[in-house]
Amino acid sequence: MLTKIMAQNSIVEVKGLVKRFPMGSSGFFTALKGIDLTVSEGEFMGLVGPSGSGKTTFLNIIGTLDKPSEGRVDVLEKDVGSLTSKQAAQLRKEEMGFIFQSFNLLPVYTVFENVEFPLLLLNKSAGERKKRVMETLEWLGLTSKVDSRPAQLSGGECQRVAIARAMVKRPKLVLADEPTANLDAENSHNILRTMLKLNEGLKTCFIFATHDEKVISYLQRIVHLEDGRIAKDMKVRSSGTL
Amino acid sequence: MRDRSRSLLPVIVVTLGVMITVFMHAYLSGVLGESLEKTADFSEGHVKVETKAYADNLSQLPNDLALVGVDTLVKSLERLYPEYNWVRRIDFGGLLDVPDSAGNTKMQGAVMGKGLDLLQSDDEATRMGLKKLLVKGRFPSKAGEVLVSDELLEKLHLRPGDRVTLISSTMFGEMAIYNFTVAGSLHFGINLLDRGMMIVDIHDVQMALNMEDASGAVLGFFKNNLYNDKHAVATKTDFNKRYKNDGDKFAPVMSSLSENGLMGFSYTFVKNIAGFIILIFIFAMSIVLWNAGLISGLRRYGEFGLRMAIGEEKSEIYRSLIGEAALIGIIGTITGTILGLSVSWLMQEYGINMESIMKSSSLMISDTLRAQITPTTWFIGLVPGIISTVIGAALSGIGIYKRQTANLFKELQN
Repeated sequence: MLTKIMAQNSIVEVKGLVKRFPMGSSGFFTALKGIDLTVSEGEFMGLVGPSGSGKTTFLNIIGTLDKPSEGRVDVLEKDVGSLTSKQAAQLRKEEMGFIFQSFNLLPVYTVFENVEFPLLLLNKSAGERKKRVMETLEWLGLTSKVDSRPAQLSGGECQRVAIARAMVKRPKLVLADEPTANLDAENSHNILRTMLKLNEGLKTCFIFATHDEKVISYLQRIVHLEDGRIAKDMKVRSSGTL
Repeated sequence: MRDRSRSLLPVIVVTLGVMITVFMHAYLSGVLGESLEKTADFSEGHVKVETKAYADNLSQLPNDLALVGVDTLVKSLERLYPEYNWVRRIDFGGLLDVPDSAGNTKMQGAVMGKGLDLLQSDDEATRMGLKKLLVKGRFPSKAGEVLVSDELLEKLHLRPGDRVTLISSTMFGEMAIYNFTVAGSLHFGINLLDRGMMIVDIHDVQMALNMEDASGAVLGFFKNNLYNDKHAVATKTDFNKRYKNDGDKFAPVMSSLSENGLMGFSYTFVKNIAGFIILIFIFAMSIVLWNAGLISGLRRYGEFGLRMAIGEEKSEIYRSLIGEAALIGIIGTITGTILGLSVSWLMQEYGINMESIMKSSSLMISDTLRAQITPTTWFIGLVPGIISTVIGAALSGIGIYKRQTANLFKELQN
């Protein structure tokens, strides 16, 4: 019964994941070597490990940007290995948000338009777009910056806009690759507190790829990757206990 | 539209390209077309009948090889091919002698002469626009009156009303001496003609050169004055079949404007110039825009990556890239066409005076270069302006498909 409930609540299920990349004329480099992992709805977890441990590769596969060489990865009940590129794009468009290290905001668009962009892809009406964008910007304390352009914002503000863009469609899953790498300590903590607030308020699952101690200190669950394998999988705190 | 490097700059590039194309087309149509038209009106006609021997020795103005029995020939041509106006022409060379009051030679100058119908109808004068070229005096109104180029008039210190004597040779090789009265002077605007030209009524030339019922050539002009190459070639073929006489070098032979030596080349060139320009423009603009597209594509790599990560499909991004290019192409083409037509119109109306440069030219080119806006000029920029822009974007956008989605995170970190 417990197994069934967990399976129903799981958002990512990984079984025997192997990922190989061709290297040289005939060889392969194996980045992930048999990963088993289940991530449940509303988790705030991180893939932690040194460079080359396979964090980003794992995040790519969960984000349907890449496919497993072996094993099975189900994300939001979809088998990543069997998705067409169109289906994968659809899944990303509807259910996932991405946060990048270098923000990747569109420089000619205002804050409002940057945040609105994913909703345009979802063909939402103008009224709904405006309502959702303003609501999201309010969560992130950016309502005073609605008409600003990225060049007029600080790094921390830019990353908050990027979070707003990821959150505006209320995704079930947000993938963040080193989201604090370009931020100072104060901004990093602000951003992490914001993401945690969103996680707790909206039950959105956050998966980080990071080796930043500041990020690690906010995680509920830490999955240590070493040489393509899970070395440790630790639940370090419960939701709402920070 | 707010990203000027994505919108304004490409629009400017397309606008300039289209403007240059439109202007080039109008300019070449004007310069070559006018030259062709003038040559057709002046010496070649839309079709031309002459003897084979005359055609072979044309540069010598060999009136001894001229057509004879021309009245019958013209009647026959008028009956067989009524869609043409048929006219007689005689070209000749000689000396123009200006006598003093005692009748002795005061001055002499070499002349090229053209005999055409000046007195029986206005058709030839209208066709060649002679009345508009009149500088001094008046148009001939009776036999024995001639027009000379104004430069020659000045050189020989002549005035309208002065008597001059043409010294040339008759059709039979004898010396021809014939007196004329200068009725007026003309400025052709073509250096070759302005240097020493006289225009004489055809009947006077026939009298002077002993060429009764003969002429160097009979020219046919379409009655609507528009050259139709297909029809001209068909007429020529039909005529030459009727008058086939391989052994007789004095038998009349017809040629069309498009087949007439250098004129043929010019005609083909003018006819195909639009195609040439479009091809060159497509090629050049494609390279320019391809490069611009590549640079812009590289610059937009982050944006494309982000859009893919957010969930936009590669095909959607590619389509939007093509859509943007088409929009830029349409805007640039319309703007470029308007600008190109404006510049062309100015050059059509006012022209550029090249008189000093053309002084030694022996080409039948007007010394005022003018553009000519034709129906093609209006839309010549449309196709290449849009196509090349879209091709450039399409080529540069192929990179989107080659991109590994799996590398997005890595790329977007940089």
